[in-house]
Amino acid sequence: MNKSDTLNETGISAPVRRVDAMEKLTGKARYISDYPFEGLLHARLLRSDRPRAKILGIEVPDLPAGYSYVDARDIPAGGRNGIRMITDDWPVFARDEVRFVGETLGLVVGPDREKVLEILSGIRVTYEELEPAFTIEEGLACKGGPIVGDDNLYGTYHLTKGDPEAAFRRAARVVEGTYRTGFQEHLYLEPQGMVGTWEDGKITLYASAQCPFYIRKSVAHTLGIPEPAVRVRQVTTGGAFGGKEHFPDVIATVLSVAVNKIRRPIRLVFERAEDIRFTCKRHPSRVTIRTALDEAGAIIGMDIDTVINAGGYTSSSLIVLQRAILHGIGVYNIPNVHIRGRAVATNTFPSDAFRGFGAPQGLFAIELHMSHLARELGMDPGSFKQKYFIKTGDTTITNTAMKDEIRLNEMFRKVDAMSGYRRKVKAYDDDPLKGIGIAFVNHGCGFTGNGEQEIIKAVAEMERLSDGRAALYVSTVEMGQGLQTVLRKIAARELDCGVDNIVYDNPDTDRVPDSGPTVASRSTMVVGYLVQQCARELKRRWGEGPGTRVRKQYRHPEGLTWDQDTLQGDAYPSYGWGVNVVEVAFDPVTYEVKTTGIWTVYDVGVPMDTRIVTGQAAGGGIQALGYAAMEVCEVVDGRFRQHTLTDYTIPTAMDFPSVACEFVENPYAYGPFGAKGAGELVFDAAAPAYADAVGHLIGRKIHEIPVTPEKIMEVLQDE
Amino acid sequence: MNEFNFTLNGKAVTYRGDPLKRLLDVLREDFGLTGAKEGCGEGECGACAALLDGAMVNTCLVPVGVVAGREVTTIEGIAGTKEGQDIIEALADAGAVQCGFCTPGMVVAAASLLRGNPRPTETEIREAISGNLCRCTGYDMIVSGIRAAAKRGRRSW
Repeated sequence: MNKSDTLNETGISAPVRRVDAMEKLTGKARYISDYPFEGLLHARLLRSDRPRAKILGIEVPDLPAGYSYVDARDIPAGGRNGIRMITDDWPVFARDEVRFVGETLGLVVGPDREKVLEILSGIRVTYEELEPAFTIEEGLACKGGPIVGDDNLYGTYHLTKGDPEAAFRRAARVVEGTYRTGFQEHLYLEPQGMVGTWEDGKITLYASAQCPFYIRKSVAHTLGIPEPAVRVRQVTTGGAFGGKEHFPDVIATVLSVAVNKIRRPIRLVFERAEDIRFTCKRHPSRVTIRTALDEAGAIIGMDIDTVINAGGYTSSSLIVLQRAILHGIGVYNIPNVHIRGRAVATNTFPSDAFRGFGAPQGLFAIELHMSHLARELGMDPGSFKQKYFIKTGDTTITNTAMKDEIRLNEMFRKVDAMSGYRRKVKAYDDDPLKGIGIAFVNHGCGFTGNGEQEIIKAVAEMERLSDGRAALYVSTVEMGQGLQTVLRKIAARELDCGVDNIVYDNPDTDRVPDSGPTVASRSTMVVGYLVQQCARELKRRWGEGPGTRVRKQYRHPEGLTWDQDTLQGDAYPSYGWGVNVVEVAFDPVTYEVKTTGIWTVYDVGVPMDTRIVTGQAAGGGIQALGYAAMEVCEVVDGRFRQHTLTDYTIPTAMDFPSVACEFVENPYAYGPFGAKGAGELVFDAAAPAYADAVGHLIGRKIHEIPVTPEKIMEVLQDE
Repeated sequence: MNEFNFTLNGKAVTYRGDPLKRLLDVLREDFGLTGAKEGCGEGECGACAALLDGAMVNTCLVPVGVVAGREVTTIEGIAGTKEGQDIIEALADAGAVQCGFCTPGMVVAAASLLRGNPRPTETEIREAISGNLCRCTGYDMIVSGIRAAAKRGRRSW
């Protein structure tokens, strides 16, 4: 059987119609705002409108009957005014000081939406303003005094491979560049929303969210009650991209304090402008790379300094930073490297998870830097990068052998055949109106290091039902990526039945085990593998009759090592690999750059459904091109200047051409049917490929995204 | 005016209440038709789209008073027609659905397009859905789904 057969004809990769397609297409699927609740109350957050200030007082007017104001005083004894994420430094309700515009001060709750807004506008908050720091530079300089510690850093990491100091001492030449990326808003089409109720004697939350058990943990922590005393039910979720990983904890904790006090159903759904202004974004980054070259122009060492703007509280920033530096030398084998990574505190809204989780920032810098080096050395970026591809057995940045089987050369050949890269990259050198760019990436699947084993300990269960079908019990959610179709396919194939015979309901923490959060490109690879193991055992034990239930817990693959304190060892159990080529054309009058081609090739092990993964590749690619070309998000006086869809513009159907996507099959031993992660990998390469293409087009170096027409004009005028 | 009639998905209905209330809220709250979604509330995203006398509107921008005596067709109404089914089946087969929040609006946009232009080019399809934002799909599979719907429904458009 040749590869295209296994991908498309008879194998697991053959596309099926998504199980959620019809209910979504007919408008029957119910999202959080679509559910009726008896006696529903509406809620609005009272938020700080200062980026950094002492709170001197909050004056709440007398409230009409049936309306409540909820704040930190309503947290029950034994509870904590902290949102339990990785740490709990982010308070549920601001303490004595606010650190960013939009920090929660209180919550107004009542039956009439308009009245709630009227009450909100009558609350007077008085502040003593302090000097804020907004940018990475201001944060590093501790402008206004440190926000945290004495250096304003949430954390600093170092990775060292080989002897970079010696490499720089013997360098014939050093090339340096600084690369910057901006904030990016997730812009899931469904804004953040949740309903909290008091049901059967416990707090119950209906949530548009990625991680039901994260919410349960944070609510239990805030209320000071055991986790099983909280129930979280995920409802159909209208997009997330990381934006509904930890941010729902911010809503859930406030809402739970209110429900605990009022004991009625309360809905907190953000309007769009609220959602853009007052939710987490992708971390802005500044990465400086210095490369030591020998006399022949070969790379002998790199020194990389990575800083991300973490904002007012930690959230997931340290884990994001780890991923940024662990992807800091991309797909290359560089003999001597030092990377320093820092997450700096500023008075902006805390930055948090967004598809890629730090990897896109790290990869953007290394990919553009490699392209710049290629140009300096008179080579085309594709050929130059290929010389440094890491191979199986080479030493990684974390000083262990790369264990993946690597197919980058084959992927390069494939993308070249699709795009004509090698021919065009030379031809366009002399064409003032055309440019072409290339980027190679990898993306570590699952949690960093031994996180799956030490922190998550995922469990999945399956049960034979009385009607002859089989139920799947997992906590990973459908948020658009196709998870419920993929997991059902995996189970159905093992049980030798149709996908309709596998039941998957939206996770409910009272009914499913904790198989971990829906993050980190782990759901198919890690949870899907557990589902496969469950289905195999259930098939063996099918004869035991209805009610037979099987349970499988994650086990780390043999032979992997990790030291979390030093970040040494196998940083990820496996990697997805990708290459993107982007072609652009130029209008010299308007400075408008038009994208004329996007070609992608991915190694995701074995795709669990070629159409679903191709859909991820198209969506991830266009989202990344928005990041690279369009999505400007500036902070002015601590506020996001762009906060409507009119000024925070995401790609429409007219902005980019279609995305060509092909796969190389490369089965992974510990993934279901050989699958690895895919959801984030498909975001990583398009932005650096686009910036490389624009650089090629204008014959200048691009160092920063988004590359807007104004930026292009600046670059052209500077030189 | 605080009471008037209009046609909703082919049936005569009466609305009593504030004529300035947004059509979106009236559909969702007064008539329980939650297929139209609020994605932005400012007419930029198209998630709340419906047909007003056959033309696509963003219901978040339409005060309900405007629809007096006119015909409103929502996703629920479109889904019940042969043309709607052709679009829905074609989009399902094309893989055009991911999170689904923009999806009802996309179906409305497709119906609006194909009624006036049964054989659209790719550019015409992209133009027709350019007022409907999708953050998941990158639009490719929506475009190919609408092209397939045009073929599938060639006799009925």
